[in-house]
Amino acid sequence: MIKFDHVTKSYEGGINAVKDVNFTVEKGNIVVLLGPSGCGKTTLLRMVNRLESITKGTINVNGQNSMELNEIDLRKKIGYVIQSNGLFPNMTIEDNVMIVPDLLGWSKKEKRERFYSLMGLIGLNADDYRKRYPNELSGGQQQRIGVARALAADPPVMLMDEPFGALDPIIREKIQDEFLHIQREVKKTILFVSHDIDEAIKMADKIVLMRGGEIMQFDTPSEMLAHPKNDFVSQFFGKDRAIKSLSLHTVKKLQDIIGLVEFDETIQDTKTINVNQDLRNTLSMLMNQEADQVIVTDDNGRQLGAITIDLVQKYLHFEIKGKPSVAQKG
Amino acid sequence: MQEWIRFLEVNSPRILELTIEHTMLVALAIIVALLIGVPLGIYLTTNEYLAGIVLQVASIILTIPSIALFGVMIPLFSLINQGIGYVPAFVALVLYSQLPIIRNTYTAIKNVNPEMRDAAIGVGMKTHQRLLRVEIPNALPVIMAGIRTAVVLNIGIGTIAAYIGAGGLGVLITQGIGRGDNYLIISGSLAVALLALFADGILLMIQKRYTRSNA
Ligand SMILES: Nc1ncnc2c1ncn2[C@@H]1O[C@H](COP(=O)(O)OP(=O)(O)O)[C@@H](O)[C@H]1O
Ligand SMILES: [Mg+2]
Repeated sequence: MIKFDHVTKSYEGGINAVKDVNFTVEKGNIVVLLGPSGCGKTTLLRMVNRLESITKGTINVNGQNSMELNEIDLRKKIGYVIQSNGLFPNMTIEDNVMIVPDLLGWSKKEKRERFYSLMGLIGLNADDYRKRYPNELSGGQQQRIGVARALAADPPVMLMDEPFGALDPIIREKIQDEFLHIQREVKKTILFVSHDIDEAIKMADKIVLMRGGEIMQFDTPSEMLAHPKNDFVSQFFGKDRAIKSLSLHTVKKLQDIIGLVEFDETIQDTKTINVNQDLRNTLSMLMNQEADQVIVTDDNGRQLGAITIDLVQKYLHFEIKGKPSVAQKG
Repeated sequence: MQEWIRFLEVNSPRILELTIEHTMLVALAIIVALLIGVPLGIYLTTNEYLAGIVLQVASIILTIPSIALFGVMIPLFSLINQGIGYVPAFVALVLYSQLPIIRNTYTAIKNVNPEMRDAAIGVGMKTHQRLLRVEIPNALPVIMAGIRTAVVLNIGIGTIAAYIGAGGLGVLITQGIGRGDNYLIISGSLAVALLALFADGILLMIQKRYTRSNA
């Protein structure tokens, strides 16, 4: 758990980068700090592991006031992932990943075992990568290694500052999916900085939307999309926020609430989609194939029915625009 | 050509001996210069004010003509009965190599990617761990470049040491000038040049071997 209590940061020269911020990242949750460049996201994040001093207020990490802890010990208990250049180019991948356990004085055997299990977790072959150096890896691989390093000593809390920001969109989405998968297993308490709305909606249990060092709204993604608290929030998410919110809903949910349609067997070459897919992907599939329907299948490939643009629209109308805040994160 | 062969037949043992003497003088001076310059350069990254002063002084030393510096050394070291010979030459060489070593160490550490430094602090390294594990290894190519400059500089300046009786390849040149013997002058100069090239090459090889080019 990370608890911010009236946290303020003033830089020399009178810039208030963070102003009286209050919120809590619950245990096992991902909270995304979202907002335009310069709004104070990085500053707020870096105050947690005391890379920046706290001007006023307190930050509690797992119930302890961070200022009362030894800063070196504090940092070893907090995984830290940054956008780029976070890996040490002079160290092998294994040494990079095992840096915190090494600082903590783990034995060689413990480190080796942990390295292999972490590489398994992030889906890279430990033997292939062990002796290589960061510059021999692609951007995506480097960021996976960065995540593995942050997880190495199994810290309860993680700080991630635009960890996937430098990757191209396709790789980024893939790594986001992988990371959410890992998170389901490790259940860390995560503070995650992003300036990408789609990323925030996808990753967050809750979003902190900031402007000029202040919190504009602190809510679940669906709540924020459905009920923006002020003009800044609604403008930030844009006119298509209803469409964006579709990524929070699955085909399954639509099926449960308004049902699917019978599929038309006369249509050739119809694509299929898994019932657990989100509606945003479903919609773009419907648009891309310029067909009226996509066949919905369950995990066993059984056909459950078909989905159409009309159905998505109907659901959007009833569920997202109409009723207040029923959407939950799939 | 005939004359050269005869000259080398007679003089090569001596040339070799003087080369070794020269190398020892320079090598020892560089080792001591490193022991002073590298830690000082690293320390200066934490003290902006002192850094300005030290780098200024080191620059001034390098602008003093070598003959003049050796000249100043003689009366100074006469006070401890070491006015002529090895000690003043050695001290002068140590002083001359300070600027490239301190300056390159200082800039190399300063220029380590701030995000990398940040990551090092962020994973919980203490200052000395950060220096030893991240900053120095990544600054090594630039520090090595400074050391190479200092070595080449000292091999050249070391020839002047012969004038104050410290031996080395300069002896060939001073004797050659004294006797009007071009063979001595040329062989001495060539030996100095070759030694400098050779030393630089070896150091470059060491640098390539022990540092990663992307650092
Ligand atoms: N070291 C610093 N000194 C002075 N001002 C800073 C410093 N770091 C950041 N700022 C200022 O604080 C504000 C917030 O910066 P930052 O937290 O990096 O924003 P974000 O991560 O949201 O882009 C900006 O106005 C920035 O210029
Ligand atoms: Mg930032």
